[in-house]
Amino acid sequence: MTGLLNSFGRIWAIFMKETVQIRRDRFTFAIMFGIPIMQLILFGYAINMNPKHLPAALLVEEQTPIVRTLVQSLKTSDYYDFVMQTDDPRKTGDLLARGEVAFVVSVPAGFTRKLIRGEQPQILIEADATDPAAASGAVGFAQTILTDALRHDLKGPLASLGGSQPPFELVVHQMYNPEAMTSYNIVPGLLGVILTMTLVMITGMAMTRESEQGTIENLLAMPVKPIEVMLGKILPYVAIGAGQTLIILLAARLLFDVPFIGNPWILFLGVSVFVLANLALGFTFSTIARTQMQAMQLTFFFFLPSILLSGFMFPFRGMPGWAQTIGEVLPLTHFLRIVRGVMLKDTSLAQLQSPIIALCIFTVSAVCVAMLRYRRTLD
Amino acid sequence: MSGDYAIDVHGLVKRFGKKTAVAGVDIQMPRGEVWGFLGPNGSGKTTTIRMICGLLTATEGTGQCLGYDIRRDAEKIRELTGYMTQKFSFWTDMTIRENLEFVARLYHLPKIRQTVDATLEKLGLTHRQHQLSGALSGGWKQRLALAAVTMHNPKLLLLDEPTAGVDPQARRDFWDEIHHLSLAGMTVLVSTHYMDEAERCDRIVYLANGQKIVEGTVADVIARSSLITFRGEGPVSDAWPMPSGANPASNMPPISVPRFT
Repeated sequence: MTGLLNSFGRIWAIFMKETVQIRRDRFTFAIMFGIPIMQLILFGYAINMNPKHLPAALLVEEQTPIVRTLVQSLKTSDYYDFVMQTDDPRKTGDLLARGEVAFVVSVPAGFTRKLIRGEQPQILIEADATDPAAASGAVGFAQTILTDALRHDLKGPLASLGGSQPPFELVVHQMYNPEAMTSYNIVPGLLGVILTMTLVMITGMAMTRESEQGTIENLLAMPVKPIEVMLGKILPYVAIGAGQTLIILLAARLLFDVPFIGNPWILFLGVSVFVLANLALGFTFSTIARTQMQAMQLTFFFFLPSILLSGFMFPFRGMPGWAQTIGEVLPLTHFLRIVRGVMLKDTSLAQLQSPIIALCIFTVSAVCVAMLRYRRTLD
Repeated sequence: MSGDYAIDVHGLVKRFGKKTAVAGVDIQMPRGEVWGFLGPNGSGKTTTIRMICGLLTATEGTGQCLGYDIRRDAEKIRELTGYMTQKFSFWTDMTIRENLEFVARLYHLPKIRQTVDATLEKLGLTHRQHQLSGALSGGWKQRLALAAVTMHNPKLLLLDEPTAGVDPQARRDFWDEIHHLSLAGMTVLVSTHYMDEAERCDRIVYLANGQKIVEGTVADVIARSSLITFRGEGPVSDAWPMPSGANPASNMPPISVPRFT
C-alpha cells in the first residue's frame, strides 16, 4: 500500500515537472494548438476534391442562338469560369501550356448548320490533364450540361434531333497526359515536396544547433559576417538537393515511366532557384527558433500548407480564393508549375517566367529576413 | 592617449530586462600586461568581457578596445582579439585538427596545414589530432581552446575562467603558457576564482554585484583590505597523518572574508 502511494507521489512529481516545462516552452505550446487549427481550416475549407469554377477559354467561331445556348449552359454550370472568349484560334494557342486556363472549349464554324442537318458536329474540350483529378469533374459533366441545354431549343422542326442520342459529338482531349495517369502528376510534384521537407528542415538546424551546443559564442567571437555564415551553411546542401533531384528524376523515368518532354536546362534553372529558396527559408527559421525542436516545429508548420495548398495533393484551382492566395506565396506552388510544365508540357522558359521570378522574389525576401533576424551578439 | 591602452572603457552598464548585470565599470588596461578579473559568480565578469569583445552590446557607457570603438568597430575588434569562452565552445563532433583548421581558415592564416601542424606539435596533440575534440578531458580541452584562440596571434587575449575545473598541475602549465604569450607581446585579461592565479597577474580587478570594488597589484589589494593570508606548513606527504575519526575541518582556522574600504 505504501509502495503504491509512493509510486503515485513520484508520478505526481514527474507530472508537475512536465507541466512546468510545457508551460515554459510557449512556442511548442502554440504549435500544439496552431497545427490542429490549421489542419481544420485547410482540410475543412480549402480542399475541394470536386473543383468548380476552373478557368477556361472559349473559342467560338460562329454566333448563333444554339451556340449561345450551349455557351451559356457551360457558363452557368459552375464548373467553367470563362476568362476569355474569342473567335481567333491563335489567341488560345498557349493558354494551356502556360497554365492560365484549365480548359479550352472550341465550337467550330458551321456547327449550327451541321447540327440542324443532323451531321453530328463536334465540340472540342481540350483539358490540361497534368492534374487528372482537377479536370475530371468538369469534363465528366460537360456532356450532360450541353445535352440538357439543347433540349429547350430543339422544338418544332428540330424536335427530331432531341432524341436519346445527342445531336452533336463531344470530343475531349486530355492534353499532356492522355491516359490520365496520376503518377504523371504526383511524381514530378514529389520532387518539390521532398526538396521542401528535407532542405527546410536541415537548414532550420543551422543556427539553432550552434546555440544549443554553445558553439555560437565561439562563432560570434570570430570575425565572420552574417551573410558569410549563411552562405557557408547552406551551400553544402545545394549539392545534396542536386543529388536528391537526380534520384527522383531517375526514378520517375525508370520506375514510373513519367515522360520528360521539355528542356532539362529549364528544369535545372527552376530546381536551382527552388533549392535556394528552401535553404534560405530554412536558415530564416533557424534565426527565429531558439532550439532545434522549435526549428523542426516551424518546418512542419510550413510544410503542411505547402503540401495542401500548392496543388500537389489537391487541385489548386479548386480551392477558394484566399487559399489560392496563400498558395501563391509558397515556393512549392511555383515549382510545381515549373516541373510539371517542363516534364509534361514542354513549356518554354518565356512561358515559365512568372513562377521563376516568384521563386527569386521569395528567395531574396527570405535572405533579407534572415539577415535582419541574425544576431551578431548574444544580447 | 587611448592608444596606450589595450582596454579603455568607461561606465559600462549592462542590463538584461530589469536585472543589472554590470553597473558602471571603468577599466584602463595598458598594453602588454596580464590582468586578473576576480569576483564571485554573477559579479559581472563574463558580461564585462563580452562587452569588451563585442559579443554583448553595452546598455550604457563607452570605450575602446585596442583603439577601436566597442560599439562601432566590433568587427575589427573580433579580428584582433582572442576570446576563450568559459564553457568549451569548439565543435565536439569535429576532430582536434578539423577545429584548428576551421579557425585558421576563418582568420585567413597563411599556410594552414603548416600552421596547424605547428600548433598541434606545440600542444603535444599531434598523435591525437584525429580524435574528436569532444573526447578530450577537461584540461586538454582548455589547452586546445587556448591554442585555437591564439593561433591568429591576437593582440588582446580574453580568457573567461580558463582553469575552472582543471587539476592543479594543468593549471600551472596553463599559466606558464599565458606568461609565454604575454612575453610574446599579448595583453591578457583572465577571469578566475583562484587567488593563487591572481598572484600571477600584474594587476587585479575585483568585481562584485556588477561594480568594480578594487583594482591594483595583488600586494596593493591585500594591503588595502582587511584580508588575512594564512600560510599552512607541514610535512610533505601523500598520506596525511590524520587521526582516525578526526574532522579535518574543525582544526582549520576561520577564513576571513575580504573587506574593502
